[in-house]
Amino acid sequence: MIEFANVSKTYGHTADAPKALDDVSLRIGSGELVVLIGGSGSGKSTLLKMINRMEQPDTGTVALDGQDMVHMPLRELRLRMGYVIQSVGLFPHWTVARNIGVVPTMLGWKPERIAARVTELLSLFDLDPTTYGPRYPHQLSGGQQQRVGVARALAGDPEVLLMDEPFGALDPLIRTALQDEVKRIHQASGKTIVMVTHDIDEALRLGTQIVLLEQGRIVQVGSPLALLSQPANKQVADFIGRSDVGIKLLSLQSAGSLARVEAPQSTPFLPASASLREAVSTLALHGCQSLNLLDDTGAHAGVLHATDLFNRRHTGSLPLSDDQGQHA
Amino acid sequence: MLKPRYAWLGDKLLWAVLLLAALVFGLPHSEALFASLFPQLERPVYRQEPFTQLLWQHVLLVGASGAAAVLVGTLAGIWVTRPAGRAFRPVLETLVSMGQTLPPVAVLALAVPAVGFGELPALIALALYGLLPVVQGTITGLQAVAAPVLQAANGMGLSPWQRLRQVEGPLAMPVWLSGVRTSVIINIGTAAIASTVGAKTLGSPIIVGLSGFNTAYVLQGAVVVGMLAVVVDMGFERLARRVDWAH
Ligand SMILES: Nc1ncnc2c1ncn2[C@@H]1O[C@H](COP(=O)(O)OP(=O)(O)O)[C@@H](O)[C@H]1O
Ligand SMILES: [Mg+2]
Repeated sequence: MIEFANVSKTYGHTADAPKALDDVSLRIGSGELVVLIGGSGSGKSTLLKMINRMEQPDTGTVALDGQDMVHMPLRELRLRMGYVIQSVGLFPHWTVARNIGVVPTMLGWKPERIAARVTELLSLFDLDPTTYGPRYPHQLSGGQQQRVGVARALAGDPEVLLMDEPFGALDPLIRTALQDEVKRIHQASGKTIVMVTHDIDEALRLGTQIVLLEQGRIVQVGSPLALLSQPANKQVADFIGRSDVGIKLLSLQSAGSLARVEAPQSTPFLPASASLREAVSTLALHGCQSLNLLDDTGAHAGVLHATDLFNRRHTGSLPLSDDQGQHA
Repeated sequence: MLKPRYAWLGDKLLWAVLLLAALVFGLPHSEALFASLFPQLERPVYRQEPFTQLLWQHVLLVGASGAAAVLVGTLAGIWVTRPAGRAFRPVLETLVSMGQTLPPVAVLALAVPAVGFGELPALIALALYGLLPVVQGTITGLQAVAAPVLQAANGMGLSPWQRLRQVEGPLAMPVWLSGVRTSVIINIGTAAIASTVGAKTLGSPIIVGLSGFNTAYVLQGAVVVGMLAVVVDMGFERLARRVDWAH
């Protein structure tokens, strides 16, 4: 558990310097995937950096598991936390493998264990270990470098993973794949993940909690659903985008959640784990009224009717399925 | 292309070293050549000390003063780029560049009243004179390490010492080495002048030749000093390729 209590911070000492953080209080529970979102300069990076004490609050406290972080030894604290910085920052004179192994090395792991971990992480991020392990960072594309940056942060199996716009330079396809990967890692490991983004779709897709910042202040904290259905004020609504709130809401819910138990019909198929947003797209594409849903094994899992989609009466408490994953 | 077996034949450094050796061992036997070039001279080949000995003393002087300059300059450069010494950086930079502005002869002349004639004033003057490029190379190299790299190092929990040794040091190495190279090459030349204050170096034939109107001596000293500079510079070039992380 990470707890911010009345944290304020101003860079520089001139009287007119704006507050990077202004009386921020926030509680991040263990195992959450918290997404910090807001416009440029709203204080997202500053907030994130206070968690591993890259920045110190001017006033207020940041506590880890109930203990004020000021009293913790800095190195141990940072070794317990993975950190992906905004501009990647790989060590240019080291191979990819050595970059990823840096924290395990400091933790005193045996060389074989480090090598195994490096291989595991490279494979996880879709980089062939024998090809990419011996390469130098400048021999990788921007997207590959970012993936190595995330792998490096995960290498020491940290309790907390901090990521500052980790997927900034990626094309949409790889971005979506990596978002899925982060989500999978989060669900499988139960790590606390705090991630900065300025992309509302990324926030809605990944976050268990979303923290919306504006000029150093927290405007709203809540689940993706709460943010979409009950925006705290006009700014939040503007930030989320008014025109397609309905579509975004659909992306939070799986097609399977509205399935009727019926025999298969002569209509197109869709995985039951796909979102309602994809269901709408498929319905529109084929110009039909219903879809056959398939479970993970490809077996029939009911029928989704278009009428159910639009007759849904939502009062802000939609039935949310656990699986919001999207499949191409 | 040469076959790998004979690849060493293409090694320029090797040829330069052989040429330098041929010079210092061959000059004592070149009486006939210099007598024909300078018929008016009674003793056309410098024989007060063997060239091998002069070369050795020259290398020793440059090596010792260079080692001192590198040690002090590197430590000073590291210190003023740490939080503790940051405030002293302008002072240090002004001091060393002022030292560099003085002509080497003046530095030598100032050292003599302080410590007397001989090797010691030469050593001190050369060490001081070689300091600036080393300090500058160290500072420039460390300063050029990208901010995100430092941030990543700190964020992942490297201690300041680990950061310096594993990240900043290797990354600054190429620029640092070019500073050391400049320092040493300058001092190979400056050490020749050091024979004016009584140090025996490859400058001795030059000084003796100049004061005694013996052009052959000047030529002999100059050729050997020049060749030494070429050899050392080539050695540094080879070293530079080895520490270059940017491949
Ligand atoms: N090192 C710094 N020095 C001075 N001002 C800074 C520094 N880092 C951030 N700021 C300022 O603090 C505010 C918040 O910055 P930041 O936390 O980086 O925002 P975000 O990550 O949301 O873009 C901005 O106004 C920014 O200009
Ligand atoms: Mg930022």
